[in-house]
Amino acid sequence: MPTPLYLAAAVGISAAITWGLRALPFAVLSPLRRSAALRDLSLRMPVGVMLILALYTLRGVEPTAWRAVVPVVVGLAAAVALHLRTRNAVVSVIGATALHVALATALHA
Amino acid sequence: MFDARVRRDLTAAAADTASVGLSLFPLGVSLGVLVVHTGLEWWWATVFAAVVYAGSLEFLLLGLVAAVTPLAQIAVTALLVNFRHVFYALSFPLHQVSPRARVYATFALTDEAYALTAGGRARAWSGARILGMQALLQIYWAAGATVGAVAGSLIPVTLHGLEFALTALFVVLALDAWRARRDMPVPLMAAGSFAVAVLATPGQALLTAMILFTACLLARYALERRKGEPSVPQEAAREEVAALPVPVGAER
Repeated sequence: MPTPLYLAAAVGISAAITWGLRALPFAVLSPLRRSAALRDLSLRMPVGVMLILALYTLRGVEPTAWRAVVPVVVGLAAAVALHLRTRNAVVSVIGATALHVALATALHA
Repeated sequence: MFDARVRRDLTAAAADTASVGLSLFPLGVSLGVLVVHTGLEWWWATVFAAVVYAGSLEFLLLGLVAAVTPLAQIAVTALLVNFRHVFYALSFPLHQVSPRARVYATFALTDEAYALTAGGRARAWSGARILGMQALLQIYWAAGATVGAVAGSLIPVTLHGLEFALTALFVVLALDAWRARRDMPVPLMAAGSFAVAVLATPGQALLTAMILFTACLLARYALERRKGEPSVPQEAAREEVAALPVPVGAER
Protein backbone atom coordinates (compact mmCIF):
# COMPACT_ATOMS: atom_id res chain seq x y z
CA MET A 1 0.00 0.00 0.00
CA PRO A 2 1.42 3.42 -0.91
CA THR A 3 2.45 5.64 2.00
CA PRO A 4 1.03 9.18 2.38
CA LEU A 5 4.49 10.63 1.70
CA TYR A 6 4.81 8.67 -1.54
CA LEU A 7 1.29 9.69 -2.59
CA ALA A 8 2.01 13.35 -1.85
CA ALA A 9 5.24 13.13 -3.87
CA ALA A 10 3.41 11.48 -6.80
CA VAL A 11 0.71 14.18 -6.73
CA GLY A 12 3.31 16.97 -6.41
CA ILE A 13 5.45 15.69 -9.29
CA SER A 14 2.44 15.16 -11.55
CA ALA A 15 1.07 18.62 -10.77
CA ALA A 16 4.45 20.32 -11.26
CA ILE A 17 5.09 18.66 -14.62
CA THR A 18 1.56 19.34 -15.83
CA TRP A 19 1.76 22.99 -14.80
CA GLY A 20 5.19 23.29 -16.42
CA LEU A 21 3.82 21.95 -19.70
CA ARG A 22 0.95 24.42 -19.55
CA ALA A 23 2.95 27.49 -18.46
CA LEU A 24 6.43 27.22 -20.03
CA PRO A 25 5.26 27.52 -23.65
CA PHE A 26 4.09 31.06 -22.93
CA ALA A 27 7.67 31.95 -21.99
CA VAL A 28 9.17 30.35 -25.10
CA LEU A 29 6.28 30.83 -27.44
CA SER A 30 8.02 32.13 -30.54
CA PRO A 31 10.63 29.39 -30.97
CA LEU A 32 7.86 26.87 -30.36
CA ARG A 33 5.64 28.35 -33.05
CA ARG A 34 8.47 27.94 -35.50
CA SER A 35 9.32 24.33 -34.65
CA ALA A 36 7.75 22.38 -37.47
CA ALA A 37 8.83 19.08 -35.91
CA LEU A 38 7.04 19.82 -32.64
CA ARG A 39 3.93 20.93 -34.48
CA ASP A 40 3.96 17.73 -36.49
CA LEU A 41 4.23 15.78 -33.24
CA SER A 42 1.37 17.69 -31.63
CA LEU A 43 -0.97 16.95 -34.50
CA ARG A 44 -0.10 13.29 -34.92
CA MET A 45 0.51 12.25 -31.34
CA PRO A 46 -2.96 12.35 -29.74
CA VAL A 47 -4.58 9.36 -31.48
CA GLY A 48 -1.50 7.19 -30.87
CA VAL A 49 -1.02 8.25 -27.25
CA MET A 50 -4.69 7.56 -26.48
CA LEU A 51 -4.51 4.17 -28.19
CA ILE A 52 -1.38 3.21 -26.22
CA LEU A 53 -3.03 4.31 -22.97
CA ALA A 54 -6.18 2.32 -23.78
CA LEU A 55 -4.08 -0.80 -24.50
CA TYR A 56 -2.05 -0.20 -21.35
CA THR A 57 -5.17 -0.19 -19.16
CA LEU A 58 -6.02 -3.66 -20.49
CA ARG A 59 -2.62 -5.24 -19.74
CA GLY A 60 -3.97 -7.17 -16.72
CA VAL A 61 -6.63 -9.04 -18.71
CA GLU A 62 -5.81 -12.73 -19.15
CA PRO A 63 -6.68 -13.59 -22.77
CA THR A 64 -7.74 -17.14 -21.79
CA ALA A 65 -10.01 -16.22 -18.86
CA TRP A 66 -13.38 -15.84 -20.57
CA ARG A 67 -15.03 -14.37 -17.45
CA ALA A 68 -12.62 -11.44 -17.72
CA VAL A 69 -12.45 -11.22 -21.51
CA VAL A 70 -16.20 -11.14 -22.27
CA PRO A 71 -16.93 -7.95 -20.23
CA VAL A 72 -13.89 -6.25 -21.79
CA VAL A 73 -14.85 -7.10 -25.37
CA VAL A 74 -18.48 -6.08 -24.78
CA GLY A 75 -17.38 -2.87 -23.05
CA LEU A 76 -15.00 -1.93 -25.87
CA ALA A 77 -17.66 -2.60 -28.51
CA ALA A 78 -20.16 -0.52 -26.52
CA ALA A 79 -17.71 2.38 -26.13
CA VAL A 80 -16.95 2.48 -29.86
CA ALA A 81 -20.58 2.02 -30.95
CA LEU A 82 -21.93 4.58 -28.49
CA HIS A 83 -19.30 7.13 -29.40
CA LEU A 84 -19.70 6.75 -33.15
CA ARG A 85 -23.45 7.16 -32.68
CA THR A 86 -23.72 9.89 -30.03
CA ARG A 87 -20.33 11.68 -30.20
CA ASN A 88 -20.94 12.45 -26.55
CA ALA A 89 -17.99 11.41 -24.36
CA VAL A 90 -20.06 11.18 -21.19
CA VAL A 91 -22.74 8.94 -22.70
CA SER A 92 -20.08 6.70 -24.28
CA VAL A 93 -17.87 6.37 -21.20
CA ILE A 94 -20.65 5.92 -18.66
CA GLY A 95 -22.71 3.63 -20.91
CA ALA A 96 -19.78 1.36 -21.73
CA THR A 97 -18.59 1.29 -18.11
CA ALA A 98 -22.06 0.48 -16.76
CA LEU A 99 -22.36 -2.43 -19.19
CA HIS A 100 -18.86 -3.65 -18.34
CA VAL A 101 -19.42 -3.40 -14.56
CA ALA A 102 -22.77 -5.22 -14.79
CA LEU A 103 -21.22 -8.08 -16.77
CA ALA A 104 -18.02 -8.26 -14.71
CA THR A 105 -19.97 -8.28 -11.43
CA ALA A 106 -22.40 -10.94 -12.73
CA LEU A 107 -19.60 -13.17 -14.05
CA HIS A 108 -17.36 -12.71 -11.01
CA ALA A 109 -16.70 -16.17 -9.64
CA MET B 1 -17.33 43.40 -2.86
CA PHE B 2 -18.28 42.07 -6.28
CA ASP B 3 -19.19 45.03 -8.39
CA ALA B 4 -21.73 44.70 -11.15
CA ARG B 5 -19.10 44.10 -13.82
CA VAL B 6 -17.46 41.21 -12.02
CA ARG B 7 -20.87 39.71 -11.30
CA ARG B 8 -21.75 39.96 -14.97
CA ASP B 9 -18.47 38.27 -15.90
CA LEU B 10 -19.09 35.42 -13.48
CA THR B 11 -22.64 34.94 -14.77
CA ALA B 12 -21.21 34.74 -18.27
CA ALA B 13 -18.59 32.23 -17.05
CA ALA B 14 -21.32 30.06 -15.53
CA ALA B 15 -23.14 30.03 -18.87
CA ASP B 16 -19.88 29.32 -20.74
CA THR B 17 -19.15 26.25 -18.63
CA ALA B 18 -22.63 24.74 -18.24
CA SER B 19 -22.38 22.12 -20.97
CA VAL B 20 -18.82 21.09 -20.17
CA GLY B 21 -19.67 20.96 -16.46
CA LEU B 22 -22.39 18.41 -17.16
CA SER B 23 -19.72 16.01 -18.35
CA LEU B 24 -16.93 16.97 -15.95
CA PHE B 25 -19.02 16.28 -12.85
CA PRO B 26 -20.01 12.65 -13.58
CA LEU B 27 -16.49 11.79 -14.74
CA GLY B 28 -15.22 13.30 -11.49
CA VAL B 29 -17.65 11.07 -9.61
CA SER B 30 -16.24 7.98 -11.31
CA LEU B 31 -12.69 9.09 -10.44
CA GLY B 32 -13.77 9.52 -6.80
CA VAL B 33 -15.36 6.06 -6.63
CA LEU B 34 -12.20 4.57 -8.10
CA VAL B 35 -10.03 6.34 -5.52
CA VAL B 36 -11.79 4.61 -2.63
CA HIS B 37 -11.95 1.31 -4.53
CA THR B 38 -8.16 1.55 -4.89
CA GLY B 39 -7.96 1.63 -1.11
CA LEU B 40 -7.07 5.29 -0.57
CA GLU B 41 -8.82 7.62 1.89
CA TRP B 42 -11.70 9.51 0.29
CA TRP B 43 -10.01 12.91 0.58
CA TRP B 44 -7.24 11.83 -1.78
CA ALA B 45 -9.90 12.09 -4.50
CA THR B 46 -10.22 15.81 -3.75
CA VAL B 47 -6.43 16.21 -3.67
CA PHE B 48 -5.94 14.36 -6.97
CA ALA B 49 -8.72 16.27 -8.69
CA ALA B 50 -7.81 19.73 -7.41
CA VAL B 51 -4.00 19.56 -7.38
CA VAL B 52 -3.01 17.36 -10.33
CA TYR B 53 -6.01 18.68 -12.25
CA ALA B 54 -5.49 16.79 -15.49
CA GLY B 55 -8.32 14.28 -15.98
CA SER B 56 -6.81 11.40 -17.89
CA LEU B 57 -3.52 11.61 -15.96
CA GLU B 58 -5.39 11.32 -12.64
CA PHE B 59 -7.11 8.09 -13.68
CA LEU B 60 -3.79 6.73 -14.85
CA LEU B 61 -1.95 7.97 -11.76
CA LEU B 62 -4.35 6.03 -9.57
CA GLY B 63 -3.25 2.74 -11.08
CA LEU B 64 0.40 3.77 -10.95
CA VAL B 65 0.38 4.74 -7.25
CA ALA B 66 -1.61 1.62 -6.33
CA ALA B 67 1.30 -0.41 -7.72
CA VAL B 68 3.81 1.92 -6.00
CA THR B 69 5.41 2.74 -9.36
CA PRO B 70 8.78 4.56 -9.08
CA LEU B 71 8.37 8.34 -9.06
CA ALA B 72 10.65 8.72 -12.09
CA GLN B 73 8.25 6.64 -14.16
CA ILE B 74 5.32 8.69 -12.87
CA ALA B 75 7.17 11.84 -13.96
CA VAL B 76 7.77 10.52 -17.47
CA THR B 77 4.16 9.37 -17.73
CA ALA B 78 2.93 12.83 -16.69
CA LEU B 79 5.23 14.41 -19.26
CA LEU B 80 4.08 12.21 -22.13
CA VAL B 81 0.38 12.07 -21.30
CA ASN B 82 0.13 15.84 -20.91
CA PHE B 83 2.58 16.85 -23.61
CA ARG B 84 -0.29 18.03 -25.81
CA HIS B 85 -0.85 20.95 -23.41
CA VAL B 86 2.32 22.61 -24.73
CA PHE B 87 0.39 23.60 -27.83
CA TYR B 88 -2.55 25.17 -26.07
CA ALA B 89 -0.34 28.22 -25.47
CA LEU B 90 -0.57 28.98 -29.18
CA SER B 91 -4.15 30.19 -28.93
CA PHE B 92 -5.08 30.71 -25.27
CA PRO B 93 -5.73 34.43 -24.57
CA LEU B 94 -3.38 34.67 -21.57
CA HIS B 95 -2.58 38.33 -22.26
CA GLN B 96 -6.17 39.21 -21.32
CA VAL B 97 -5.55 37.94 -17.77
CA SER B 98 -3.77 40.17 -15.25
CA PRO B 99 -0.10 39.19 -14.73
CA ARG B 100 -0.58 38.00 -11.15
CA ALA B 101 -3.48 35.74 -12.09
CA ARG B 102 -1.52 34.12 -14.90
CA VAL B 103 -0.08 31.53 -12.53
CA TYR B 104 -3.59 30.20 -11.98
CA ALA B 105 -4.68 30.67 -15.60
CA THR B 106 -1.81 28.47 -16.81
CA PHE B 107 -2.23 25.93 -13.99
CA ALA B 108 -5.90 25.51 -14.92
CA LEU B 109 -5.34 25.45 -18.68
CA THR B 110 -7.02 22.08 -19.14
CA ASP B 111 -8.38 20.50 -22.33
CA GLU B 112 -11.78 21.92 -21.48
CA ALA B 113 -10.52 25.44 -20.71
CA TYR B 114 -8.64 25.35 -23.99
CA ALA B 115 -11.71 24.10 -25.84
CA LEU B 116 -13.92 26.86 -24.45
CA THR B 117 -11.50 29.61 -25.51
CA ALA B 118 -10.29 28.07 -28.80
CA GLY B 119 -10.92 29.55 -32.20
CA GLY B 120 -10.86 33.18 -31.12
CA ARG B 121 -14.14 32.85 -29.24
CA ALA B 122 -12.65 34.43 -26.11
CA ARG B 123 -11.02 37.38 -27.85
CA ALA B 124 -13.37 39.88 -26.20
CA TRP B 125 -13.60 38.15 -22.81
CA SER B 126 -12.38 39.98 -19.71
CA GLY B 127 -9.74 38.43 -17.47
CA ALA B 128 -12.39 37.84 -14.81
CA ARG B 129 -14.57 35.92 -17.23
CA ILE B 130 -11.67 33.69 -18.30
CA LEU B 131 -10.56 33.06 -14.70
CA GLY B 132 -14.16 32.52 -13.57
CA MET B 133 -14.63 29.97 -16.34
CA GLN B 134 -11.46 28.13 -15.28
CA ALA B 135 -12.33 28.20 -11.57
CA LEU B 136 -15.82 26.83 -12.24
CA LEU B 137 -14.42 23.97 -14.31
CA GLN B 138 -12.02 23.07 -11.50
CA ILE B 139 -14.85 23.20 -8.95
CA TYR B 140 -17.10 20.89 -11.03
CA TRP B 141 -14.29 18.39 -11.36
CA ALA B 142 -13.10 18.44 -7.72
CA ALA B 143 -16.66 18.42 -6.38
CA GLY B 144 -17.53 15.44 -8.59
CA ALA B 145 -14.48 13.51 -7.38
CA THR B 146 -15.28 14.28 -3.72
CA VAL B 147 -18.93 13.25 -4.07
CA GLY B 148 -17.89 10.03 -5.80
CA ALA B 149 -15.31 9.19 -3.15
CA VAL B 150 -17.64 9.86 -0.21
CA ALA B 151 -20.47 7.91 -1.85
CA GLY B 152 -18.05 5.11 -2.69
CA SER B 153 -16.85 4.85 0.91
CA LEU B 154 -20.41 4.94 2.32
CA ILE B 155 -21.91 2.38 -0.05
CA PRO B 156 -20.28 -0.95 0.79
CA VAL B 157 -21.10 -2.69 -2.51
CA THR B 158 -18.00 -3.67 -4.44
CA LEU B 159 -18.52 -3.16 -8.13
CA HIS B 160 -16.15 -5.16 -10.28
CA GLY B 161 -14.61 -3.58 -13.33
CA LEU B 162 -15.16 0.08 -12.45
CA GLU B 163 -11.64 0.84 -13.68
CA PHE B 164 -12.98 0.16 -17.19
CA ALA B 165 -14.12 3.82 -17.14
CA LEU B 166 -10.50 4.70 -17.87
CA THR B 167 -10.28 2.29 -20.81
CA ALA B 168 -13.54 3.64 -22.21
CA LEU B 169 -12.30 7.20 -21.75
CA PHE B 170 -9.12 6.54 -23.71
CA VAL B 171 -11.06 4.73 -26.46
CA VAL B 172 -13.35 7.75 -26.75
CA LEU B 173 -10.41 10.18 -26.81
CA ALA B 174 -8.69 8.05 -29.47
CA LEU B 175 -11.84 8.13 -31.63
CA ASP B 176 -12.10 11.93 -31.24
CA ALA B 177 -8.43 12.32 -32.13
CA TRP B 178 -8.91 10.03 -35.12
CA ARG B 179 -11.86 12.09 -36.34
CA ALA B 180 -9.78 15.26 -36.10
CA ARG B 181 -6.96 13.73 -38.11
CA ARG B 182 -7.31 10.48 -40.07
CA ASP B 183 -3.76 9.31 -40.59
CA MET B 184 -3.69 5.52 -40.72
CA PRO B 185 0.02 4.90 -40.06
CA VAL B 186 -0.21 6.67 -36.69
CA PRO B 187 -2.47 4.21 -34.81
CA LEU B 188 -0.57 1.34 -36.46
CA MET B 189 2.73 2.76 -35.18
CA ALA B 190 1.20 3.17 -31.74
CA ALA B 191 -0.14 -0.39 -31.60
CA GLY B 192 3.17 -1.74 -32.93
CA SER B 193 5.15 0.26 -30.36
CA PHE B 194 2.97 -1.09 -27.59
CA ALA B 195 3.34 -4.70 -28.79
CA VAL B 196 7.13 -4.40 -28.95
CA ALA B 197 7.21 -2.70 -25.54
CA VAL B 198 5.15 -5.46 -23.87
CA LEU B 199 7.43 -8.15 -25.30
CA ALA B 200 10.73 -6.36 -24.69
CA THR B 201 10.11 -4.62 -21.34
CA PRO B 202 7.00 -6.10 -19.67
CA GLY B 203 7.54 -4.11 -16.46
CA GLN B 204 7.92 -0.74 -18.21
CA ALA B 205 5.53 -1.21 -21.11
CA LEU B 206 3.97 2.27 -21.00
CA LEU B 207 7.24 4.18 -20.92
CA THR B 208 8.88 2.08 -23.64
CA ALA B 209 5.80 2.24 -25.87
CA MET B 210 5.62 6.04 -25.60
CA ILE B 211 9.32 6.47 -26.39
CA LEU B 212 9.14 4.07 -29.36
CA PHE B 213 6.02 5.79 -30.67
CA THR B 214 7.57 9.26 -30.40
CA ALA B 215 10.71 7.98 -32.15
CA CYS B 216 8.56 6.52 -34.97
CA LEU B 217 6.78 9.85 -35.47
CA LEU B 218 10.05 11.80 -35.52
CA ALA B 219 11.62 9.32 -37.94
CA ARG B 220 8.62 9.60 -40.24
CA TYR B 221 8.78 13.39 -40.02
CA ALA B 222 12.48 13.35 -40.91
CA LEU B 223 11.82 11.01 -43.85
CA GLU B 224 9.02 13.16 -45.21
CA ARG B 225 11.16 16.26 -44.94
CA ARG B 226 14.00 14.63 -46.80
CA LYS B 227 11.58 13.73 -49.57
CA GLY B 228 10.62 17.38 -49.56
CA GLU B 229 6.96 16.96 -48.77
CA PRO B 230 6.14 18.94 -45.65
CA SER B 231 3.80 16.74 -43.68
CA VAL B 232 1.74 19.60 -42.34
CA PRO B 233 1.73 22.77 -44.44
CA GLN B 234 2.53 25.85 -42.36
CA GLU B 235 -0.73 27.73 -42.73
CA ALA B 236 -2.95 24.69 -42.48
CA ALA B 237 -1.09 23.68 -39.35
CA ARG B 238 -1.77 26.96 -37.62
CA GLU B 239 -5.49 26.48 -38.11
CA GLU B 240 -5.37 22.83 -37.21
CA VAL B 241 -3.82 23.50 -33.83
CA ALA B 242 -7.08 25.23 -32.96
CA ALA B 243 -8.92 22.16 -34.15
CA LEU B 244 -6.94 19.65 -32.08
CA PRO B 245 -9.12 16.89 -30.72
CA VAL B 246 -10.72 18.20 -27.61
CA PRO B 247 -11.32 15.43 -25.12
CA VAL B 248 -13.97 14.81 -22.55
CA GLY B 249 -17.18 16.62 -22.74
CA ALA B 250 -16.12 19.25 -25.18
CA GLU B 251 -18.88 18.16 -27.53
CA ARG B 252 -21.45 20.83 -27.88
